[in-house]
Amino acid sequence: METVVFIVSALIVLAGGLGVVSSRNPVHAALSLIATLFGIAVLFLNLGAQLLAVVQVIVYTGAIVVLILFVMMLLGVDREEDLETEPLVGQRFLAGLIGLLFLGAVLAIIIIGKDAIVTGAQSVTGAISPTISNISQIGTALFTTYVFALEVTAGLLTIAVVGAVVLSRRPNDLAPIPEPESMIDMGDEPLTVIPEEGAH
Amino acid sequence: MGSNLSLAYLMLSAILFVIGGVGVLIRRNPLVMIMCVELMLNAVNLSFVTFGKMLNDISGQIIVFFVMVVAAAEVVIGLALIVAMARRRPGATADDLRTLRG
Repeated sequence: METVVFIVSALIVLAGGLGVVSSRNPVHAALSLIATLFGIAVLFLNLGAQLLAVVQVIVYTGAIVVLILFVMMLLGVDREEDLETEPLVGQRFLAGLIGLLFLGAVLAIIIIGKDAIVTGAQSVTGAISPTISNISQIGTALFTTYVFALEVTAGLLTIAVVGAVVLSRRPNDLAPIPEPESMIDMGDEPLTVIPEEGAH
Repeated sequence: MGSNLSLAYLMLSAILFVIGGVGVLIRRNPLVMIMCVELMLNAVNLSFVTFGKMLNDISGQIIVFFVMVVAAAEVVIGLALIVAMARRRPGATADDLRTLRG
């Protein structure tokens, strides 16, 4: 049963992941991302991490993807992207090559190493209890062993919120910043312009 | 624990991570790049939980919590940057960020 759930969820996750990468329309990519995140939530359930599965659905699909979709609608960037042209020659080939090399290395480690890839002592910071509920166990650990990390996390979130407000504030309270000229009018110059002798 | 299914979880995590990484490398729409980063983070989360199960340790799940918080903060800042950039020039791709120089 566990295997069947794994196979079905893995297919959903992989299809969603490929959809994110290959969708021409960003909205379709976001919907594929939702499929992937749901699949991973099911996998979390399969692994016995019930609380994480729920948080995954609420935080990721409920907050993060919706936030991305909001920004998409706000900016109106939901038009299709031209995936045929390749602005940097060889970019896709190199990216695929690097990806395949990395994947091959990791899969080789997993396949050759088998169970030996997990080294170290078992249950160092606390065994997963079969009797105590998942949420109770995680909550206890978060507010005892990891309480400092939890407080630092609160600071991180505060800084992120303040940073987002500062970044997206329209700076027109002092003097309006003139709109920059369009890059198309400026011409598409390369990053470093090497002046040629005698050229005009 | 330590079964072939756990190894299959790790393989799935590796494949998903590579899909996300290749997406970050080849896509130019900054929003899609952020989504691909989310894919990579989720792949790592999956392997954390799998390792936690293999080692019978609760910390694997707790680290995932912190990763989720950092992912949320990263998305918030990234989207704010995209909004600030799109206000200057609508429809900008990641390549256009070179105009940030000087």
